[in-house]
Amino acid sequence: MRVSSSVFASLCLVFEICGIALFLRGFFPVPIKSSFSTKNRLSDFPAEPLTGSAPNSTKIPSPLFKKVVIVLIDALREDFVFGPSGNRFMTYTRHVIERGSSHSFVAKARAPTVTMPRIKALTTGSIPGFIDVVMNLNSPALLEDNFIWQAKTAGKKIIFYGDDTWVRLFPKHFMEFDGTTSFFVSDYTEVDNNVTRHLDSTLKRDDWDILILHYLGLDHIGHISGPHSSLVGPKLLEMDDILKKIHASLIARETEGSLPNLLVLCGDHGMSETGSHGGSSEPEINTPLVLISPAFKRKAGWEKPGTLEQVDLAPTLALALGLPISQNSVGRLIPAVFEETSLRDQLRYFHLNGFQLSALLRDSTPDYHKEDGYEQFRVAEKSHGNWMKLYMEGNTSEVLLNMGKKVLKQYLEALKAMSSALSRQLGKYDMYSMIVGMIFIIQVLLLLLLAMPEALSGQARVDLPVASALLSLPFYLLCLLFSSVHVLVCTSAGGSCYFCSLPWALVFSAIVFSSALLCTLVVMATRRLPTASKSPTSGSDWALSELDALLLIGTVGHTLSLGASSFVEEEHQTWYFLLNTLCLAVFQDVCRKYFREKRSGNYGADDSPLLPSNKGKEESSSQETSLFSPVAELGVSAGSEKWLALATPLLTLACCRLLRSLNQTGVQWAHLPDLGHWLNSAEHKVVLSLLSVVALILIFILVQRHCSLVSKIALALGLLGVYSYRAAVGNVLFPWQHSGRAVSKGTVEARFVYIFVLGILFTGAKDLLRSLVASTDGRLKSRGLWEVYSGMVLLVALLFRAHNLPTLACCLFVQTIMAQFIWKKLHYDAAQTTIMHYWFGQAFFFFQGNSNNIATVDISVGFVGLESYVEAPAIFLTAFSTYAGPLLWACHLVCYLSSERDRGTVALGHGSYCLALLRSVPAVAYAVLVTALRYHLFIWSVFSPKLLYEAMHTLVTAAVCLFFTFMDHDRSSRP
Amino acid sequence: MWDAEIRGMASAHAIIASSVFMATVMPAVLVEKFSVYGTHLVWLYSVAGSVAVVNIAVYWLLGIGPPTKKNTLSYKVSRLIRSCLYFLFSCLFFHTVVVLYGAPLLESAVETFSLAVLLSTLTTLRCLCILGPNVQAWIRVFSRDGAMSVWDTSLQITTGCSVVGAWLGAFPIPLDWDRPWQVWPISCTLGATIGFLTGLVAAPVWIHWHRKQLTYKIK
Repeated sequence: MRVSSSVFASLCLVFEICGIALFLRGFFPVPIKSSFSTKNRLSDFPAEPLTGSAPNSTKIPSPLFKKVVIVLIDALREDFVFGPSGNRFMTYTRHVIERGSSHSFVAKARAPTVTMPRIKALTTGSIPGFIDVVMNLNSPALLEDNFIWQAKTAGKKIIFYGDDTWVRLFPKHFMEFDGTTSFFVSDYTEVDNNVTRHLDSTLKRDDWDILILHYLGLDHIGHISGPHSSLVGPKLLEMDDILKKIHASLIARETEGSLPNLLVLCGDHGMSETGSHGGSSEPEINTPLVLISPAFKRKAGWEKPGTLEQVDLAPTLALALGLPISQNSVGRLIPAVFEETSLRDQLRYFHLNGFQLSALLRDSTPDYHKEDGYEQFRVAEKSHGNWMKLYMEGNTSEVLLNMGKKVLKQYLEALKAMSSALSRQLGKYDMYSMIVGMIFIIQVLLLLLLAMPEALSGQARVDLPVASALLSLPFYLLCLLFSSVHVLVCTSAGGSCYFCSLPWALVFSAIVFSSALLCTLVVMATRRLPTASKSPTSGSDWALSELDALLLIGTVGHTLSLGASSFVEEEHQTWYFLLNTLCLAVFQDVCRKYFREKRSGNYGADDSPLLPSNKGKEESSSQETSLFSPVAELGVSAGSEKWLALATPLLTLACCRLLRSLNQTGVQWAHLPDLGHWLNSAEHKVVLSLLSVVALILIFILVQRHCSLVSKIALALGLLGVYSYRAAVGNVLFPWQHSGRAVSKGTVEARFVYIFVLGILFTGAKDLLRSLVASTDGRLKSRGLWEVYSGMVLLVALLFRAHNLPTLACCLFVQTIMAQFIWKKLHYDAAQTTIMHYWFGQAFFFFQGNSNNIATVDISVGFVGLESYVEAPAIFLTAFSTYAGPLLWACHLVCYLSSERDRGTVALGHGSYCLALLRSVPAVAYAVLVTALRYHLFIWSVFSPKLLYEAMHTLVTAAVCLFFTFMDHDRSSRP
Repeated sequence: MWDAEIRGMASAHAIIASSVFMATVMPAVLVEKFSVYGTHLVWLYSVAGSVAVVNIAVYWLLGIGPPTKKNTLSYKVSRLIRSCLYFLFSCLFFHTVVVLYGAPLLESAVETFSLAVLLSTLTTLRCLCILGPNVQAWIRVFSRDGAMSVWDTSLQITTGCSVVGAWLGAFPIPLDWDRPWQVWPISCTLGATIGFLTGLVAAPVWIHWHRKQLTYKIK
């Protein structure tokens, strides 16, 4: 079977994506869940253990508190309350912590420290899987057993004000609610006022049991200007006032005889030194937890708060309100809360907690009997029963008290052991799916590598010996072997394996495909072998130039660097470094070309026999494709062209240096001030506006050159629309409208731009189709391509933040000058050009402020031009703007390669093949690496997000490769 | 003749290499609390100074240098001034390149410039000693197949090694090991120095190894 290189590349990438998807499914553990889909009920409560036959009580322990107010302050870091800033700004809270009746703790949140998984952890007591972060965008209703559901079922009235994630997670659970959306990060006063405005009236009323307040302002301040900003102090003062008000009102309503009230202050996650969150650094995971109630003993002075897990709050609140603990909770009761109750009640509470944990353990682990915690719990339960017997007999001696304390200790140890056993469960991987996925992608990568000589040949066609592989005996044997292995693994592994749970037809086709691939590989390898043995004679004259060596070393070195967590965190440094070296190498090439040319007269033409022929070709090509010739376009003479060519790498270097100081990313140096923050601060709005205008004008000048007149006008109007959108959102200023304009969502303006984007894309697509049907000259097609490209540029301009517009302008600028003076003039072949494009794309991915951390994904672009959250466009827009850099460079590659007609028809095929190979090598290597490092300390905080990025990037590349194939196909279909 | 020249070069390189070691050891006696990491700039300038002095002395004594057409004093002075200017320009050039590579622009500019001085000493100064302030000759030596003597080849090798060493030295900086040598610009200067030493060792060996293939055009 002979296929062209581009078809081959797309096929490989598509199969690779299937493999990666399977790998990801195996890698990201499904959160532990009880096998029962029901929720815990009061009637499910176990009886109090009692040895002997006396009637034992199954009554639930009585609630400890009447009303509960939960004040959740987003991104409240531990030191904002317990540290020096707490001392300065949260004076009242500190007073209560130090002198009042309260308990304070440092609650450790688990990574990923993003709001929605944290809310889930706080309410269900379970630890949401990593994959929940990706689902953070759309939060469907929480179906798991949770504290809120339990409270509602028990007839408690719940009021909620704050982040509308709660409203989406718990629809119809609240008696009254007011959700504020968290996506306008620049607003940090209004979001909190929207919560506080209900407070007075609510506190006066008496018809509620639970009040939940979720304040977002602090988190927004963190995102804007970090934890040390001057805005934090006033915000903490405001929060302190609110706490004071609530506390005073709760105390005033305290009546004799009824139960006391409880005030809970907590944070969902902390913030790093840059003010972002998502990772697992200490400041991000340490949050304060303060419980204030008259039921507690008064404190004598400042004590260092103890440490506990964030999930411990859910079971504690549940039992303290007389509700069942939610089923999947892995939390432990906070002993301090129950200190003041009788010993019998305390034992009862811990028994309930232990019972729930042991039930969960039994459900989630097949060999739960071997767990220490389970055994400890059984022992504790037994001694609890003995204690109860003595207690019922009316024994009140000192011995009983000591024995009870011993039982309590046993319970605590058992709880600890079971909780940690359950948390360990989260680290379990579905190895079988992972290995199958890995085998898939490794096979595809080997296929790509083996096909290299054919794919990069002059014909750009790959001969796949599929037919001979399918008819061979080893193929059938392999099929049998793989099937038997599959059956063997699945029957022994139990039901936890994803690949086993797939329908058998799908599994069988995967097996057939995999064995066919293996046979094909073997056939291709044997075909290569004879050529490889005699290659030394032909290989010796195939010398690597410095540039080739650099490109090769860079690609391999970058792949190897992914094994170190620091290099994953600081991947942008690798790319910037490689890109700089690349520019210098190109500079050396340019110097060599122009200075050699000058001297070739002195030294004779034998120095560079290539040059004269190249020169001739150049002239003819410049006449032929005047469309792209810089001489015709910019009106530069040959002499100044030389200097422009010499200046191009230097200009590129300067651009890169500027861009790298625009957005600091990564982890180690992310806290350093960058231009982006400087531009975004309110006092530099004028500068930002001017910069945006300049960038937009530059974008227009650079893009409009190859467009038709209609597209030019549409582009100009679209870019105007972009500016007015930014002005409407409040990022930039309109020159004639200084103030007094309310900040809106800019929906109208954004939709205005969308119309032009669609219009330009439509015109481009129309031109492309016309060139496909009527085989005119390539001009129509290259114009169509360029129009598609400019449509994308317009969309990116709309989605990028205002301070990132220079990134886009620089991207276009570098593309233009490199295409005109370097790639064309120096006759780099398609492979070299592709690798350079790929490197630039990677560097621009980081230039625009991305990193390998989930926290830097700008989700607000999913709302551009939309009134409310709509899933499909939001995901598309977010992905598009995140991968704008690589996408724009890949698309430029298509435009460039197909405009170079003198290269012959194979350039596109070579390009797409190289792109596929360049993407597959790191993706496959990374999958293998992650599997090897799966017990690494940073696997969840550093390596997993990168794995998601890699998978997403492969998906994007596959889309580009399909586009390549489409372009290549219509070229080959033409005579 | 060949072997004599190679032997001469090897001994010259040995002297230069030993000067680097001396520059590391000697300040420990003279300067209090001297350490390569702690008082890095002292070490850096001592290495740069000693390499410069020894280089100039060795090549002057060996009489390897550009052919001088005129022997007047004014010509010599102008050559000296031009050499100094070239050296300064090369420092600025290296500084610019290092900043383009991502070194901070304003803070720790002194460290960055010191690195540039060291790199210039290891590369440009040797060029000045062997080739003189003659850009044409430099371009000739550093273009492909441009070497005309063993000294040119050794210059190519040592220069390349120093620059590549500094380049490789930047790699450990992002690692989170918190070692003293990860502080800017220590790893780069160490890399450059080690690269330079490697080049000094490698050049005679390589030339000796390839002496059959090496054919130099007669000027």
